[in-house]
Amino acid sequence: MKHSRGEIGRIRGRVPNQKYLNEIKELLGDLPRDRDLLVEHLHKVQDRYHCISSYHIQALANEMNLPTAEIYEVATFYHHFDVTKEKEPSPAELTIRVCESLTCEMFGAKKLLKDLDALTGDDIRVQAVPCVGRCHAAPVSIVGTNPVEHATTALIEEAINNNQTDIEVASYIDYAEYCEQDGYSTLLSCINGLHQQDDVIAALEDSNLRGLGGAGFPVGRKWRILRDQAKPKLIAINIDEGEPGTFKDRHYLEQDPHRFIEGALIAHWAINADDIYIYLRDEYAGCRKILEKEIKALQKNPPCALPAIHLRRGAGAYICGEESAMIESIEGKRGMPRLRPPYVAEVGLFGRPTLEHNMESLHWVRDIIEKGAEWFTSHGRRERKGLRSFSVSGRIRNPGVHLAPAGITINELIDEFCGGMLEGHEFYGYFPGGASSGMLPASLGNEPLDFDTLQPHGSFIGSAAIIVLSTQDSAKELALNAMRFFEHESCGQCTPCRVGTTKAVKLMSKKDWDLPLLEELANVMEEASICGLGQAAPNPLRNAIKYFPEEFK
Amino acid sequence: MSGNADFVPESTTTFTLNGEKMHAVAGESILEVAKRNGVEIPHLCYKENYRADGNCRACVVEIDGERTLAPSCCRYPEENMVVQSSSERAIRSQKMVLELLLSDMPEQSRSPYKPDSELDFWVDKLKIGTPRFESRQQQGEDNSHPAMTVNLDACIQCTRCVRACREEQVNDVIGYAFRGEHSKIVFDMDDPMGESTCVACGECVQACPTGALMPANNAALLKPDTKVDSVCPYCGVGCLLTFNVRENKIRYVEGRDGPANQSRLCVKGRFGFDYVHHSDRLTTPLIRRDKTSKTPGLIEQADISKYFREASWEEALDFAASGLSDIKETTGSKSLAGFGSAKGSNEEAYLFQKLVRTGFGSNNVDHCTRLCHASSVAALLETIGSGAVSNQIADGTDADVMIVIGARPNSNHPVAATFMKNATERGSKLIVIEPYGSDLTLHASHFLQIHPATDVLLLNSIMHTIINEGLENKEFIKSHTDGYDLLKESVQEYSPEKVATICGIQVDIIKEVARLYATSDKAIIFWGMGISQHTHGTDNARCLISLALLTGQIGRPGTGLHPLRGQNNVQGASDVGLIPMMYPDYQPVNDHSAQKRFEALWKTSLDSKPGLTVVEIMHAIHSGDLHGMYIMGENPAMSDPNLNHARKALSKLKHLVVQDIFFTETCSYADVILPASAFAEKNGTFTNTDRRVQLARQATEPPGDARQDLWIICEIAKRIGLDWDYESAEEVFEEIRLATPSMAGITWSRLNKEDSLTYPLRNEGDLGQPIIFENGIFPTDDGKGRFVPADYIKPDELPSTEYPIVFITGRQLEHWHTGTMTRHSTVLDALEPNPSVFINPIDLQKLNLGSGNNSIKIESRRGTVTAIPRPDAHIQEGVVMMSFAFREAAANLITNEALDPFGKIPEFKYCAVKLSPAKHS
Repeated sequence: MKHSRGEIGRIRGRVPNQKYLNEIKELLGDLPRDRDLLVEHLHKVQDRYHCISSYHIQALANEMNLPTAEIYEVATFYHHFDVTKEKEPSPAELTIRVCESLTCEMFGAKKLLKDLDALTGDDIRVQAVPCVGRCHAAPVSIVGTNPVEHATTALIEEAINNNQTDIEVASYIDYAEYCEQDGYSTLLSCINGLHQQDDVIAALEDSNLRGLGGAGFPVGRKWRILRDQAKPKLIAINIDEGEPGTFKDRHYLEQDPHRFIEGALIAHWAINADDIYIYLRDEYAGCRKILEKEIKALQKNPPCALPAIHLRRGAGAYICGEESAMIESIEGKRGMPRLRPPYVAEVGLFGRPTLEHNMESLHWVRDIIEKGAEWFTSHGRRERKGLRSFSVSGRIRNPGVHLAPAGITINELIDEFCGGMLEGHEFYGYFPGGASSGMLPASLGNEPLDFDTLQPHGSFIGSAAIIVLSTQDSAKELALNAMRFFEHESCGQCTPCRVGTTKAVKLMSKKDWDLPLLEELANVMEEASICGLGQAAPNPLRNAIKYFPEEFK
Repeated sequence: MSGNADFVPESTTTFTLNGEKMHAVAGESILEVAKRNGVEIPHLCYKENYRADGNCRACVVEIDGERTLAPSCCRYPEENMVVQSSSERAIRSQKMVLELLLSDMPEQSRSPYKPDSELDFWVDKLKIGTPRFESRQQQGEDNSHPAMTVNLDACIQCTRCVRACREEQVNDVIGYAFRGEHSKIVFDMDDPMGESTCVACGECVQACPTGALMPANNAALLKPDTKVDSVCPYCGVGCLLTFNVRENKIRYVEGRDGPANQSRLCVKGRFGFDYVHHSDRLTTPLIRRDKTSKTPGLIEQADISKYFREASWEEALDFAASGLSDIKETTGSKSLAGFGSAKGSNEEAYLFQKLVRTGFGSNNVDHCTRLCHASSVAALLETIGSGAVSNQIADGTDADVMIVIGARPNSNHPVAATFMKNATERGSKLIVIEPYGSDLTLHASHFLQIHPATDVLLLNSIMHTIINEGLENKEFIKSHTDGYDLLKESVQEYSPEKVATICGIQVDIIKEVARLYATSDKAIIFWGMGISQHTHGTDNARCLISLALLTGQIGRPGTGLHPLRGQNNVQGASDVGLIPMMYPDYQPVNDHSAQKRFEALWKTSLDSKPGLTVVEIMHAIHSGDLHGMYIMGENPAMSDPNLNHARKALSKLKHLVVQDIFFTETCSYADVILPASAFAEKNGTFTNTDRRVQLARQATEPPGDARQDLWIICEIAKRIGLDWDYESAEEVFEEIRLATPSMAGITWSRLNKEDSLTYPLRNEGDLGQPIIFENGIFPTDDGKGRFVPADYIKPDELPSTEYPIVFITGRQLEHWHTGTMTRHSTVLDALEPNPSVFINPIDLQKLNLGSGNNSIKIESRRGTVTAIPRPDAHIQEGVVMMSFAFREAAANLITNEALDPFGKIPEFKYCAVKLSPAKHS
């Protein structure tokens, strides 16, 4: 509670108002006031009051013994928080979000947004937002937390009129059913000494399972590194699936949520970890419902002694999918990536050695232990090994998550798994790993899709988010879409990304692109940005120029 | 890192930079090694001594085997690493980063706000042409703050200001808000700077590389004629600074890397300098027109010429001196007295006390130390034989546990407070014991909001706990102390259970604090006037000393006792004898051998009877025993307790000579006023709270016919029959070395070179002693420290039904002492223009005093003032606080002049008042 000067000797700055202090006290109840819960507490305020007013920030500062500036900078970082100043009206109670990322734009998001203008009013607002992870059903809109797939104005109006603003969870394998299917028995056999830590780690190494968030670091090797770190050490699970085109994590979570939890508990056993943190993107309200319920069920009737499992909620920031930004966010801070070294495995969450994994990487742990490493490596084409969960969207007949062998080509994937191209569409090119992988032309349709295979072409498989383009799409326009996305999602920390993405959008919004200058810009972003966001941001721009030269004539 | 590039310490890493083999010491980044070796790599977000953040990416280098470039400010060389900072690849990115940043500068050009913008420097160096990108949407200027202008159109988002505010000064006002291209430096919640909780330390201005944060009114745009390295004129922390002078005017101030401040300053030091150039400065000697016109009332600035006429120096000096001589002749030496000042230099203080002792012929010389730490010094001398601090602030903030008691350093010693806050961030425990909380308490592990004047109870109960739990340091007590049994017996009366309610502190908290202090490896106690300004001030200090002796928390690094000195030279003025019972170096005037020594040095006979203290002098005037005074730089008509009484006394003087830079309240009672020089207008040494003797250098010439204080003292001396012939401060300093053995080794030339030296420094070439009482040896007769137990006594004037509220005086960050300097400083007076009374919001409501918009009347048995209430939840209920810097609501009209029997310090920190709404005219 700082005080300050004023012309008539009154406190300048703000004095906490008792009314708001009481509201915050009531809202937080018995919850700890620890700094790392700041984002969680801000969610409580946003959920209750549909905004975070400066009165509430002041009261929260008081309650959490934090400077107001630190709360304000965190609250304004996350797009799902509506921070309002004194005298500013609070936003409309209902928010309709319309995805404007790659696939949705291809399927008419712009028009939908325009049409929805008519709905905007005192009680309803419409926001264009980045990828919400339902690209197979583009265009997508989220009414409140209720996703409307293949959205039209009519469907959205219907949802509003029927008061369908809260997501309904479809059926999935719950705790009881999972246990019936021998769930958690692999964990128990680990704990009961049927498996040795070394053997399990060796099995993962043999399986060649790699980090499925996009970076592809070998899972077994990561466990081995972490096992050798001193306690206390933590596990942080990344479900901030935000790469445009990606929806595989949501897919698995909505069907079989316990599988990755069992994987996490096995990892916990294998590396002698302490607490487990799960970071879930805020866009996945349904998954949150499932996880809240299932973690509770697990804790209520645990198969064995459980570590503390903390479920943390993102707040609308793609950058928090970057492992160190996620850690910052879990600590209640702005999601700004850390400089490395030191690496997360050594100095991670709360400064402790941290095993950080994408959710899907843990999803496969049970199968690999039960069925053996060979089962996993038996899959694959063109000498590539293992299975890949491809999130496929775009101009194909059967979009969705397709589990396919690593090393498959896009041509095979479209034909064998996606039912071919959509009627009237001719294959033109594809994003193999979401927006940041950049797009490749149809002429590279026979390249094996796997880690390390696409780098020579200026791309990568990343999270295996395939967006199939047809000749009706424009690589140039989609490159601009992607660059706008990176501009929107840049954390603002380093110059090449913060300024670079903005300048690039300006240059790319012009009819004629200044190609040499854009290449210079691309170079500094790739070479000098702090994290992968800035480093990969020029990929769509460069690949559009490189592989689709006819669009620039 | 600067220094000898050829010097290679033992533990180094060898790597290659641009083909050259280089050595890095532990913790040195590639950029720092490069700098040390004269290799230039552009950098913007990096600032020496700040945490490297690596965000601007101007310093990227190529490291063999790495996919991307690396920020050299955040990368540490590894053995055999091969680094290129000037390869085509590295330069390409460095240049593009600079071009991107330049494209978003105003007019895509040089910073219009800062002549030496670091961005411009590197843009020139790397020959960046006109940027090829469109500019961003620019933001407007924020000039809401009187001291600083915010021009975010020149911001490069390097976050040096955030680190300055959050990590260096720990004021936590600046944040980095929003995201991506919208990222923005904000104050609190994106408020105008002037409406935020900014405390205007200006660290952010000093940190900003491009001029997005600058002193207001483009003050720093003009190139200074001279840069003068000096010291801050305000508090006892003793920050080193640089005056930037143009056309005989200080234009702006920068912090200098001094041992006490590491380039930091506070609002007073950085922005409170222009009082020096205020048009109200006294520029001509003044003589009172009519002796009979004296009343106890104050004379307003506009009425000066009604009461005073201008005079030549010759006439004024003659008049001043003859008036003093006449009184000496008619009523004797003891009917004269002198007040020197803790704001003057050591040389001025030394000459002033010498003038009184050898010219007036008595020891009636004192200064405001009497009102600050007289009781602390009395206790320290009595128990451990030295009145100075045992450990310096810089060392104390390395302690595991810091107790800050009776002090609010974030207002009084702001830069010291920043180091305390830094220490808590590093994990030190901070225990604050204060009736009035502050922002510092936000960083405390324990905040004991004690009821006023119950310190003896609390401290005794802490010692009770330590002894009863066997946590005392038996070995230290046995070898290094006397009188433990007395203490042990005495504190048995004070169990935590017994005192808890009276002190307002829970039993378990008392015990916890006792254990923490006693069992930590290194613990230090800092205290301020909440301890000393009581009728039991000496007892308070005795308890703190006993606590340190009991646990052996003294005589080692990170331990000890540190009474935070309030004024820039209160330590030095006392060191050189500006107190009535001591000659220089604390030689008692009634000690025969000391008297002989000084009689020999000064070649005259001296009075062996201790002189009168500040408040006693006022009483002596009232009783008709004292008729003439020479007051240099003091303002008793504001600083003394029970001002009605003090002002009446001053008005009764037959002859009063006042030497000052402004027409102070005390000048209202003067017969002759001598216009003197301000801090920045003279050379001299000043001794800070850490015992650091520091050299202040003249930056500007005094205005009009104002003269150097040393010259004025010498001229008076000559006219009262002293044969003085001092040419310079340096010459006086040479004599101080003779008179003060503990400073004998300090030479002027070394000070001139090193700026700051710590005494004791007995022989030339010594390093000085930052920590005294090493190995538990005290400068007492037997080398041991003495326990002097203290029993609880109540304050002199307790609240009653009629006067139910406790009134204490204190400080506000922006104002200092009686306000003579700060209220003549444009920025400081703009920030705090009016008197306020700080009150708990609940009291305000309970007493029906309105919402805080309307003035209230504060009334004690002695006087009444009117001030605007400032609700502040930091202050406890039933207590109000006022600063005594405001002439229009002089807090000392209220205070009680009851004295501590040992230190003769008045009880500024406790009296009873009633509050009522002020009537509106």
